[in-house]
Amino acid sequence: MVDFGFGLVPSSRINLDLFDREKYDKLTAIEPDARICISCGSCTAVCTAGQFAHTSLREALDDILNANPDKALESLRSCQLCGKCAMVCPRGINTRHLILSIIKVYSGE
Amino acid sequence: MTPLFQILAAQDVAPEVIDRIPSGYSHFVIPFAVGITFMLCWLLVGCVRLLAAIPRHDRLTFFKSLFIPKTIVRNLKDLFGDCLLHLKIWRRKPLLGYMHSAIAFGWFMIIVLGHIEVALFVPKRLSVTNGGLFYPIFYRYFVWMNPGHTTLRGSFFFFLMDFFLLYILSGIALAVFKRFRSIVLGMRHTTKPSLADRVALYSLWLIFPLRLLAESFTADLSGGSFLTVGVNRFWHLLFGDKLWFTPCWWAYSISLGLFFVAMPFSRYMHILTEVLWILLRNAGIKPNHPRKGVAEAEIYACSSCGLCLDACPMNVQKKNLKYSSVYFIRFLRRHNEKKISAIADKCLMCDKCHALCPVGVDAPALRRAQRATENNSLPFDYSCISAVDTGLAATGVWAPDASRPVRVNGRPDALPPDPSPQESLPDASRPVLYFAGCMTRLTPRIIKAVESVFEAAGVDYVFADREGGMCCGRPLMLAGRNDAAAKLIEANKKMIEESGCSTLVLSCPICYKIFKEEYRLEGIKVTHYTQYFNELIASGRLKVEKTDRKLVYHDPCELGRGCGVYFEPRAALGKAGTLVKASMEYDESICCGGSLGSLTLDVKDRAKIAEASLKSLTAGSPDTIVTACPLCLKTFSEAVANSGSPMNGVAVKDFAEVLRG
Repeated sequence: MVDFGFGLVPSSRINLDLFDREKYDKLTAIEPDARICISCGSCTAVCTAGQFAHTSLREALDDILNANPDKALESLRSCQLCGKCAMVCPRGINTRHLILSIIKVYSGE
Repeated sequence: MTPLFQILAAQDVAPEVIDRIPSGYSHFVIPFAVGITFMLCWLLVGCVRLLAAIPRHDRLTFFKSLFIPKTIVRNLKDLFGDCLLHLKIWRRKPLLGYMHSAIAFGWFMIIVLGHIEVALFVPKRLSVTNGGLFYPIFYRYFVWMNPGHTTLRGSFFFFLMDFFLLYILSGIALAVFKRFRSIVLGMRHTTKPSLADRVALYSLWLIFPLRLLAESFTADLSGGSFLTVGVNRFWHLLFGDKLWFTPCWWAYSISLGLFFVAMPFSRYMHILTEVLWILLRNAGIKPNHPRKGVAEAEIYACSSCGLCLDACPMNVQKKNLKYSSVYFIRFLRRHNEKKISAIADKCLMCDKCHALCPVGVDAPALRRAQRATENNSLPFDYSCISAVDTGLAATGVWAPDASRPVRVNGRPDALPPDPSPQESLPDASRPVLYFAGCMTRLTPRIIKAVESVFEAAGVDYVFADREGGMCCGRPLMLAGRNDAAAKLIEANKKMIEESGCSTLVLSCPICYKIFKEEYRLEGIKVTHYTQYFNELIASGRLKVEKTDRKLVYHDPCELGRGCGVYFEPRAALGKAGTLVKASMEYDESICCGGSLGSLTLDVKDRAKIAEASLKSLTAGSPDTIVTACPLCLKTFSEAVANSGSPMNGVAVKDFAEVLRG
């Protein structure tokens, strides 16, 4: 194929065929709050662990929907479960349980 | 010198008691003998298995503790106070305490007195080969009182036996009444009994009326006192001279046998197993698994009394009753894995069920252990912490200094903050380190007030996490992630020890509990700011202006029940205004609903709990609710703002804010 010098940045490419419906259903079954996030980013703004390493629940949820669960796990691996995100979440999401559930569902096997 | 009992025995020329049945056996004892043998074998095997499952060093500690005089005294005190007299229930709910102690203590006394009687009058029957298993229980059936030779000693025992039987019967009457109208005895909710519980319960109710029946039928032969003789006269009136008493003794024995057979499968096993739990508890052995070893002793020590049902803050909604500790323990006992896990995750960890439990079953600890079985092994990566801590710990504070770039979301190129003048000074000489913690950082008003108190009192302090710090590790432990928590503890401990402070002041009870219990900071005094400020007031360094405000103090769970700090905050607040009472305070205080302990409780349920807690706090119509926890402060502030008009006049303030006027 002729290379015109254009192209998508590889990291931004989203292949929804890779989206794991089974695991996502499992996640929403144990923590239904996963569906109600509005990606406002309040959780990330106040994150204690975020001062030391990249940590973002908002990005993790987006990455899961964008079929990139490994990146989601990476965004959560430094989480200290301090619960500040739960205090500021405008949707009242049970963030600590959501984080534990994501790690449980996606880091299995 | 002749011993006293021989003098007393020698005084009788003719025997006081004659063996009515020389063989000392009758067929009716079979149901009882079978039942109690089965139960005792089951208990023995269970105890051996349980002790075998405890780690070796814990087992050694346990056996050693049985010979330490201090622990022996404590064991005896607890066994009498908790198992028999139920003093803990008496203090809270006298009628309920009477009911429990009547059945427990009364029954105990009847067994003991029965054995003493046998030992005094027919001592040969005490040996196991001679019917010692059942003879003292059915003593009255086997003997005949020699008429005209009954001594004062004999009558004394007759009276005591009748007295305690009446005592038990009054307790049973209350227990039956409680099944229908528990609220009269101070219980809103009661436990739903399982099938085995029902069998044991109904046979327990029958045992003592049947005993009265059996003993009253034979009272003219084997003696009795005010109760049995009185009833005996009535039977004679009704049935004439000859009383056919064997069926009554059969019925009594069958009810006992049925009870003992059902006992291992019902909640009534607690009668004996709680003894083991109390001994283990006083030896200081903690469970490390939700089901095995010490935990098993705890599970079997639960009497399903249901006091934790009314205690649990979640139970303001009836649908949450199933998440109470009593059911958690019941499902643990039945190995119902699915339900165990759901119940363990729901709990707020406010510790109220543990504080109010008559035998001190630590259900929250078992829930944490259960969470650990699922969450402890989940992967985590805290390498980022060890990467930064060297530079920060050297200055004694977490705040990055001006020469180091701040790491924001992993990018080390963000703007460095303005170094505050305080942190740029050498820290080694500073005696006081203030650690605000994650939660306090979301309620800056607390930080502002605490700093203003420090300045007013002229305290030389260092603000450890002014520019942000790590979590203390307690939230991880509450979620059962002990290994991850250990990493944070290690890093924080290093930071604090290298700061060279002598006192660590914390404004968050969650941090306070873990710093006090897990950090083992040698030579550093760990105090909560309520304690520290109270000391400052007492020593005259901090002046507080007395106003005519009506204050009510909310005991945060982790500070009150968690660390036993109840009086310092109240003493300090008493100097700043008038303290009014909440309807539930001290260890009865209701969780604000914002607790980090619960993993799965949703916002709506939490709001209901906050509402209930506010209702209790505003019982004395205060104008300010004072709390000493950032989570409580935030939860209550939001709940008051969202509630109806009557609540709107109430202000929610932090402890430090109130001290500053």
